[in-house]
Amino acid sequence: MPIRDLANPHRFLALARALVPAFAILAALLLGLGLVLGFRAPADYQQGETVRIMYVHVPAAWIALGTWVLMAASALGTLVWRHPLADVSAKAAAPIGAAFCLLCLVTGALWGRPMWGAYWVWDARLTSVLVLFLLYLGVLALWRAIDDPDRAARAAAVLTLVGLVNIPIIKFSVDWWSTLHQPASVFRLGGSTIHPALLTPLLVMALGFAALFLALYLAAMRNEILRRRVRTAHILAAARAER
Amino acid sequence: MELGSHAGFIVAAYATAAIVIGALVAWVALDHRAQVRALAELEAKGGGRPGRPS
Amino acid sequence: MIAPLAAIVKRDLLLAVRAGGGAGVGLMFFLAVVVVVPFAVGPDIPLIARVGPAVLWLGAFLASLLGLDGLFSADHEDGSLDLLFLAPVPLELVAAAKGLAHWLATGLPLVVLAPLLGLLLGVEPRALGAVTLSLLVGTPALTFLGLVGAAIAVALPRSGLFVAVLTLPLAIPILIFGVGATSAAIAGEAAAAPFKFALSLTLFFLVLGPAAAAAALRHARD
Repeated sequence: MPIRDLANPHRFLALARALVPAFAILAALLLGLGLVLGFRAPADYQQGETVRIMYVHVPAAWIALGTWVLMAASALGTLVWRHPLADVSAKAAAPIGAAFCLLCLVTGALWGRPMWGAYWVWDARLTSVLVLFLLYLGVLALWRAIDDPDRAARAAAVLTLVGLVNIPIIKFSVDWWSTLHQPASVFRLGGSTIHPALLTPLLVMALGFAALFLALYLAAMRNEILRRRVRTAHILAAARAER
Repeated sequence: MELGSHAGFIVAAYATAAIVIGALVAWVALDHRAQVRALAELEAKGGGRPGRPS
Repeated sequence: MIAPLAAIVKRDLLLAVRAGGGAGVGLMFFLAVVVVVPFAVGPDIPLIARVGPAVLWLGAFLASLLGLDGLFSADHEDGSLDLLFLAPVPLELVAAAKGLAHWLATGLPLVVLAPLLGLLLGVEPRALGAVTLSLLVGTPALTFLGLVGAAIAVALPRSGLFVAVLTLPLAIPILIFGVGATSAAIAGEAAAAPFKFALSLTLFFLVLGPAAAAAALRHARD
């Protein structure tokens, strides 16, 4: 089914009705499995038990970054192709991405306190992720500030694309600057440096988070489509009342 | 299960995750209910979607 | 091509310096921030002198961001934005011209005032030079990045604080490298690298700013 077919909100709603519960169940299973694997995995020889925070901190970070990229793709859909579902996609994804970004920052702080002795340091990785969170807040504020949904979508799209420059900065911050934060150990040329015993639970949790994101994202898109219908119905009712 | 001397931080991290995820799920579910209810009220009042004769 | 752009720059400059234009207010805000910080920090003169360059940067940073209000919305309100769309020059260059005018009216005065305010804070002479130079390089970046925020929020009423908040996340690197270059120069370390970073950020925003602003303005139209 080409994307163009999905442009029909009706078809999308039908698809969502099937997919949301499916992804939700998949997420529950994967997260459950991930938790079991994560707590049965050995402790890290350097970090001890606190390495288990990695199993929520890292997937949250991946979702936070991936969501912005998804929003940027939606932004292109809005600005270049005027795809109707692009607006809905961007608006639905933003709060979810912001929440996972916040989760990444908080779990990172809780991990940093025992490991580095500080809840927060101003190194390149942490600062650029904080900037990402501020950008999320900016986009959310923009959606609320502009009444007309189409105008809001376009404004948010421009901001999202401008903010996209932050994503590679986050990714490569640990390479370009000497940071307290650990350098890339999963997505790097030459393969991962994490021991398989710890890598497997991490990947399972990451897949679980991804399934959870998809369930939330599709459900939020469905809500947004319904919200637009309500808005249209209000406008029609008001017009009718005038006559 | 032994969580070591920093158990509090580990528990706090997972608790935060549960709270954030729970809040997201609640938001999506409650919003869904609100929109469905709003649409039902408007349809009952004779609203209906554009293109459908009222 | 130059004539219309020069006309835009001249017009914006005149508007900025006249009553209600906002050029003077930015300077007063800068002064206010610098004056208030010693009260907040307390009577620790060496400490104030040490954080002086950072305070100057913070004041200029905030004054620049808060002064972005009305960059495009003033024209939007009185209809001249529509005329600018019809100008015989690309909208990107129109945006760049307005950015230049805005920097000349609000950014450059901050740079000129900075060393004087630095004396108020007790900043030592060599540091004064470093701060002024880094502000000279950094304030254009703030203005041209601000073009984007101002363009995105063009149709919103009373959007001054909002534009500042939107622009702030991406402006943070400008602040980081501006202060970084200053600190390196003061400490006598190799300041060339941070300065080059700051300069490259400015060049980057000199291009990205007008381009993104023009796109935002076009999309805000229909």
